[in-house]
Amino acid sequence: MNELANLVPPLTVLLLAIFVGFEVISKVPTTLHTPLMSATNAIHGIVLAGAIVICAQLFAGEHSPLLVALATAAVTLGAINVFGGFAVTERMLQMFRRRGDGK
Amino acid sequence: MSVAIDLADLVAIALFIYGLHELNSPATARRGNRFAMVGMAIALIGIVVRSGGIGWQAVLAGVTIGALVGIVAAVKVKMTAMPQMVALYNGAGGGAAALISTVEHYVVHGGAMNDVIAVSLVLSAIIGAVSFSGSIIAFLKLQEVMTGRPVTYPGQQIVNALVLVGILVLCVWFVVTLGAVPSWGYVALLLGALLLGVLFVLPIGGADMPVVISLLNSFTGVAVAITGFEIGSNLLIICGALVGASGTILTVAMSRAMNRPLTNVLFGAFGATGGMEVATAGGGPQQIRSTSADDVAVMLAYAAKVIFVPGYGMAVAQAQHSVKALADQLEKRRVKVLYAIHPVAGRMPGHMNVLLAEANVPYNQLLDMEDANPEFPTADVALVIGANDVTNPAARNVTSSPIYGMPILDVDKAANVVVLKRSMRSGFAGIENPLYEMPNCSMLFGDAKASVDALTAAVKAL
Repeated sequence: MNELANLVPPLTVLLLAIFVGFEVISKVPTTLHTPLMSATNAIHGIVLAGAIVICAQLFAGEHSPLLVALATAAVTLGAINVFGGFAVTERMLQMFRRRGDGK
Repeated sequence: MSVAIDLADLVAIALFIYGLHELNSPATARRGNRFAMVGMAIALIGIVVRSGGIGWQAVLAGVTIGALVGIVAAVKVKMTAMPQMVALYNGAGGGAAALISTVEHYVVHGGAMNDVIAVSLVLSAIIGAVSFSGSIIAFLKLQEVMTGRPVTYPGQQIVNALVLVGILVLCVWFVVTLGAVPSWGYVALLLGALLLGVLFVLPIGGADMPVVISLLNSFTGVAVAITGFEIGSNLLIICGALVGASGTILTVAMSRAMNRPLTNVLFGAFGATGGMEVATAGGGPQQIRSTSADDVAVMLAYAAKVIFVPGYGMAVAQAQHSVKALADQLEKRRVKVLYAIHPVAGRMPGHMNVLLAEANVPYNQLLDMEDANPEFPTADVALVIGANDVTNPAARNVTSSPIYGMPILDVDKAANVVVLKRSMRSGFAGIENPLYEMPNCSMLFGDAKASVDALTAAVKAL
């Protein structure tokens, strides 16, 4: 029961975030769909934060080489997601720069 | 200190949401992406501070390798390959979620495990793994390493269902025992999820990959949100939910552009049969007319209005700059040039817009399908540059066609249609195009860039 009570605040946050996601995104014009997909892809790169947390948990106690390798792989994949995701989005959006715009 | 980090998370979340909002318009989109980047930097620094630097060896190694690989690949990749890059990065995110769950499973096993952690752990592992392997298949299909055609076999749905049931059984076992399953049980769960991702994407044709990538993108979002429950992080819950919601909207918008329900895209094995009955054809080879660059150049130079219809062929040949050069030549001769952009031309919505914007084509010459179709009946020439399925008139009147009902560009209504095409190979959807047999249509075979350059030279010489 206690667990369930603890679950209510994050569930509330989840629900509100879903609604914000629908609202903020449903207005995007078709032209920007690809950059938008790419940008949201970069944002779920926040999974890197989760990988960092798990590394801290792992190294705080006993840790086998296998688990260290898995945790490092998680950080690597998360970092690819974040850095690659933002870089690709930036490149796509550069195409939308109007002539005469500064850098 | 802890409060400061929580506030940093809040700032990061605000920046993510505001950044997405700015992506609503081409004028502010770049700023939006920058806001999101700053948000990400703040969030990640906050997490590193919170972790107290424990495990820095793994973090440093992983971030260095990941950042290098990610950035170098993003900078080096050709603009045409962007869709599959998004798929790969998305797969990386899914894989990270699955690995986090795996490490979490062995770290907290027996200790702080409870119902909430067990459920979220197993769900994020499965969804992350499906997104990982599914994205890789999507990448291989778009990169044409493997066939873009739907891969089907008898009893496919049953096999998929069995794999899904197997995964669910293992899931229930995991949750009921609070993670006290033998190692093979957990490994089987992961492998099952990886297999499911492969099986799920295999029967979907290459033309539908954008929809699949968008869907897998939202899957990863969901996996990340659930990882947030697993490790108790609002940041992950919110970001994951934002992406899950946006990915769903995008996915629906894309399948709507193809006028097919999402379930049909995912389970229809679209174009697998290949052999569509063309209304007129008796099974023989198509009667087509091939033409030369000089003939087409004359047609274009003396036209009043020309509509360019770019497609994936233009993207593959990197012909966008050549296309712009041809348009400049024609405009010099007072020919009105317009571009008709089908919502799913290329491999992603907006793909053509991105490429043409790169070549500095003015926005106001790019017409959506709704605006373009009324222009075709008054156009002298419709120049189809490497587009196929989106111009297929069978979608209008051949009820047996797999693309029947898909909105198309009415290029056949133009006085003349010239199709630039590499060969008579069918399009990505693997179906024949009766447009090529129409009396007002002629074909100019060759690489799109070479053909367009030849046209430009020929127009110049007139």
